[in-house]
Amino acid sequence: MSATTAGPAGTTGTEGEDETRLSRAQSKTVRQRSLRLLGDLMSPHRKGLWVAGILVVVSTIAQVAGPALIATAIDTTLARLRDHDDWAPLLMVGGLYVVAAAVAGLSIAGYVRTSARVSQGILLDLRQRVFRQTQRLSLEFHESYTSGRIISRQTSDLESLRDLLDSGLTSIVSGVLMMLFTGASLFLIDWRTGLVLAASLIPAIALTRWFQTRSQVYYRESRTASARVIVNFVETMTGIRAVQAFRRERANDVTYGGFAEEYRAANARAMGLNGIYSPGLVLIGNITVAVALLVGGLRVFHGDLDVGVLVAVLLYVKRFFGPIQEIGMFYNSFQSASAALEKISGLLVEEPTVVEPARPVPLEHARGHVQLRGVEFAYVQGRPVLPRTDLDVPAGQTVALVGATGAGKSTLAKLLSRFYDVTAGSLELDGVDVRDLSGKDLRRAVVMVTQEAYLFSGSVRDNIAMGKPGASLEEVQAAARAVGAHDFIEQLPLGYDTDVNKRGGRVSAGQRQLLSFARAFLADPAVLILDEATSSLDIPGERLVQRGLQTLLADRTALIIAHRLSTVAIADRVLVMEHGVVVEDGTPAELIGGEGRFAALHAAWRDSLV
Amino acid sequence: MPSRAADHPDGPRPTPAPDDTQPATDDRARAAQGASLSTVASMRRLVPYIRPVLPRILAGVLCALGASLAALAVPRVLQWLVNGPLTTGLATHDESGLWWGVGLVLLLGVAEAGLIAARRALILIPGTNIEARLRTELFTHLQDLPVSFHDRWPGGQLLSRSMSDLGLLRRWIAFGMLTLVVSSVTIVVGIGILVATGGVLGLIYLAGAIPMTVMAFTFSRRFRAVSRKSQDQAGDLATAVEESVHGIRVLKAFGRGRDALQSFGRQADELRGTELDKAKIMSGLQAWLTAIPELTLGVSLVVGVWMVSEGRITVGALVAFFATAAVVNSPVIDLGMVLSMTLNARTAVDRYFDVMTTPNTLPDPAAPAEVTDPHGELAFTGVHFRYGDAPTEGPGSADVLDGVDLVLPPGKTVALVGLTGSGKSTLAMLVPRLYEVTGGSVTVDGVDVRDMTREHLRSLVGVAFEDATLFSASVRDNVLLGAPDDARTDADLERALDVAQAGFAHELPEGVETTIGEEGMSLSGGQRQRIALARAIAARPRVLVLDDPLSALDVDTEAAIQARLATELEEITTLIVAHRPSTVALADLVAVLQDGRITAVGPHSELLATNEHYRYVISSLEGEFTPPPPDDVEVARQVARGEARAVVDEALDSGDATPAGRNGATAIGAWQASEGSER
Repeated sequence: MSATTAGPAGTTGTEGEDETRLSRAQSKTVRQRSLRLLGDLMSPHRKGLWVAGILVVVSTIAQVAGPALIATAIDTTLARLRDHDDWAPLLMVGGLYVVAAAVAGLSIAGYVRTSARVSQGILLDLRQRVFRQTQRLSLEFHESYTSGRIISRQTSDLESLRDLLDSGLTSIVSGVLMMLFTGASLFLIDWRTGLVLAASLIPAIALTRWFQTRSQVYYRESRTASARVIVNFVETMTGIRAVQAFRRERANDVTYGGFAEEYRAANARAMGLNGIYSPGLVLIGNITVAVALLVGGLRVFHGDLDVGVLVAVLLYVKRFFGPIQEIGMFYNSFQSASAALEKISGLLVEEPTVVEPARPVPLEHARGHVQLRGVEFAYVQGRPVLPRTDLDVPAGQTVALVGATGAGKSTLAKLLSRFYDVTAGSLELDGVDVRDLSGKDLRRAVVMVTQEAYLFSGSVRDNIAMGKPGASLEEVQAAARAVGAHDFIEQLPLGYDTDVNKRGGRVSAGQRQLLSFARAFLADPAVLILDEATSSLDIPGERLVQRGLQTLLADRTALIIAHRLSTVAIADRVLVMEHGVVVEDGTPAELIGGEGRFAALHAAWRDSLV
Repeated sequence: MPSRAADHPDGPRPTPAPDDTQPATDDRARAAQGASLSTVASMRRLVPYIRPVLPRILAGVLCALGASLAALAVPRVLQWLVNGPLTTGLATHDESGLWWGVGLVLLLGVAEAGLIAARRALILIPGTNIEARLRTELFTHLQDLPVSFHDRWPGGQLLSRSMSDLGLLRRWIAFGMLTLVVSSVTIVVGIGILVATGGVLGLIYLAGAIPMTVMAFTFSRRFRAVSRKSQDQAGDLATAVEESVHGIRVLKAFGRGRDALQSFGRQADELRGTELDKAKIMSGLQAWLTAIPELTLGVSLVVGVWMVSEGRITVGALVAFFATAAVVNSPVIDLGMVLSMTLNARTAVDRYFDVMTTPNTLPDPAAPAEVTDPHGELAFTGVHFRYGDAPTEGPGSADVLDGVDLVLPPGKTVALVGLTGSGKSTLAMLVPRLYEVTGGSVTVDGVDVRDMTREHLRSLVGVAFEDATLFSASVRDNVLLGAPDDARTDADLERALDVAQAGFAHELPEGVETTIGEEGMSLSGGQRQRIALARAIAARPRVLVLDDPLSALDVDTEAAIQARLATELEEITTLIVAHRPSTVALADLVAVLQDGRITAVGPHSELLATNEHYRYVISSLEGEFTPPPPDDVEVARQVARGEARAVVDEALDSGDATPAGRNGATAIGAWQASEGSER
């Protein structure tokens, strides 16, 4: 695994993502990565954020106007009304109050809508980024990073961000502004109480720092534990048949219960911390009110302050601390979301080991000439699976790869379809290194069908049409006919529109393979790789497929890996591999006639037939 | 990537049918059943979970109320100060009243903070406990539900219930529920105080409550529907993510990542649309909840000042009124948020119980029977099977299994042979009762599988599926997954690995302790199959069901496994689904499954001689393709181009005519002969 950001050990990409107690430097690196992602996600929504911010300010002003209007009413209009029977000032103040209420309501409504647009936009963007990234990353990555982890990034982690956005990225603006306005008004009315207020910020900041350091760790734990729960859940539900057949339910309950408890405990710890932080802020606020009352009251006694002003001052102090709890809650969500974004950003900075070329060589119409020049490959450094291999497959040739499990056949196939890149040497298609081909050109030219014939939820037709998006029903049917799948599809309840159901539950393993064959047929590539693609077919099915293959392979290059030598029979050429080395190479007839490995294999296979 | 969402432009597709025996159309009905409950009735289903922690929650509510009362009391103290000690003290220069007041404010302030802290401490643990309990119970229930349930419910829908829905619920219990109670009480008490002390002013404020209540109800109705839609869509999105990762090899092989992204993007955008609808509904309520109390305050101000000027009330009373109103106002504004949170939580509860109330259609019997001295006789009697959602007429309406009669004597190995899709795997899965017969019966030693507990049945029956699911655990744990307690030694492990020719496990980095499965080393298809086979053997079953367990193995390995299996299976009754003659060779008897029935049973050679369908299914010498000799390349090319279809058909026909029933020893000769006939 590699990543672009160089940081302290254990912080690159998804490496060490289960660690929760990071060193100061590590913590800083991942936190910065997380905040960078947040900033990056927010930047396209600058306009929306501004609008939301302004709406919040407007509604804040409208709401702050309240106490001021009440003070004015009591201090001035009351006297005008009582002494001069002058209703005008009072009605004006009352009118202003009504206007303020309407403005507050409308701007809040606008704010709710705008901020939802922003936060939903951000979530959509992030969802797509993560999805794109998972599609972009190489198989090598997916082999170690489980589906459950990706799902937990896309669901549980994303929800943490969602909570933050819902808690109001801009409502924090309103909170802070409310405090600033209130604080400023207070300073204008009575700067001495303002100083009392300012002094109260010192313990508040200290408390926040304490909360920040602690909660970072706890929220990381919570994210890691949540991923574990999800990974375990997904694995169990995906393998439910085996779970039930082998009576693992109770043992699984114990394991899952343990993970769920870890997650619960992590959440409880994080919430417990917030349970100190949040009332701590309230306490600071309340003490400040008492101090302000004392200071103000004493000054009233000394005649430095009007009682009316004192009342207003106290109202302001209370208002000042009104949003502090909300800000504390926001900060809490922020810590939680940052921990989640640490994980997501780690996934996002992963670089695929198989990279798209910067300047791809165009290959509009591939002929299918495959050449391996000094190709070497090792999954793990120093343990080559394929030692230096040279091979030339002319366009249109059908090559069968034969050999025991682990001989390197599938590796060769994966290199040709560029699931992996060669460790040394080069693999060329029509004279172009496959690493210089754009993904689009390469995938059009080379298609691999594997033993694991995965079907996506959707109709049979959709699944076959994956080979060629936008294919007409006629094309889909033609492809199905060619591989002998048409008849059984017609027998399905809704024919081609039948839903294949979750993981192809209703379609037998052999039928799944036929469907994935049809998919490849429709894709019509110049080079077709079949890796054990017929293993589940019955003999009549195989016969049909082979008949189809005769047509399918006529004018294209094919690489067939099959244990059943019946498939090999249609090959122009057979390569026998042993420990990554091609030990025999010739036409089937030549090899059968000889005394080599293939002749022996073939004889054994013939013996097994009836 | 095919997208469900795209097929249903009008909205989310219906939630899958929760009941096995009912067609999928009933789902909406069930969903509606959950939705038709009132919010209170729906939430009441949580009571059994909340009851054990009820004292703590009640104490928490009291703390929360106490905190609110403390907050409400502060303005009273201020009023008393302004009207009393401050005014009188000013004249008498008596500061003691002020000190008392400050002390009281301080006390109330500390009490408020302390009560908030206590409330959190009290509610927090129960909240997370309830969540964890609901989560593990869901997991247990899901593991208990039959495979057919899982066939129908997409993984993402289950996961989103387990994680996001229960997360929502936890937050509601920790904050929403309390805030709802405290806000309501604060509002009621606050308005009570306002009406009691403020007179007309209080009544004005109260008048504002009427339109707000009406609005809250309208809002709830609209919001609930959208909330359900949004949470369902989020589940579908999770399913899409799951599929895109599980099918990553296909997507990569065909270069369809972009299409998958587009389809996912569309789905995610639909969710965004629903969320925006939610925000729209929310914004309306929020606007009124903000404006109405402020409006009433504006009116109160004018009336209040007039009343003061008339001398009906004091300035202090007016100040106290507004101070109290300020305290009442903020929970009113919060009410919108609390209400939406509650409705979201209610949707979560509905969705949770949709699954939890799905009855298990394959329950254990009330009075389970037990096979005490198992011999391993497996019998199918008039077995019928059809999938719960199969159409009642038209294609696909026929029973998959239409009266299967088959007896496997103890210790015998029977190969089940039939065309792809003929129901072989389905029949195999009826034995461990992963699916349930819709007619007839499956018995082990004369006891109907439905009369045993699933636990007991599955301890008698071992299975190996063709698609070998391994779990994230060591090789050892995977192999010994179903092994009885007295057969979990190293020797047992070795024996199982040896029979399944899975010695490669020792070559893995940490030998048999190497973690495999999704979280560990990735193994090839053939390696996975061998581990799965070893697992089935290590379970030491009386009856073994093998569903084409050797399909991914090469000829040599297959032969080696078969040699070992032949001795290993002597004592074990085995039903083996076979596609290849080499697998059939293991069996004492072969049963042919055709059109949902067993049409022939007999030894391989006999069937080969007498049964045409069997020959068609199993014999590859009938019209096979043989390598074209070097000098006949041109014909082959024609065949390859499809130009010479007639040649192929002819070859096939002539193949059919060759005599059947050759044995291995003469196979090559016969093959050469058939090669001759093809030319």
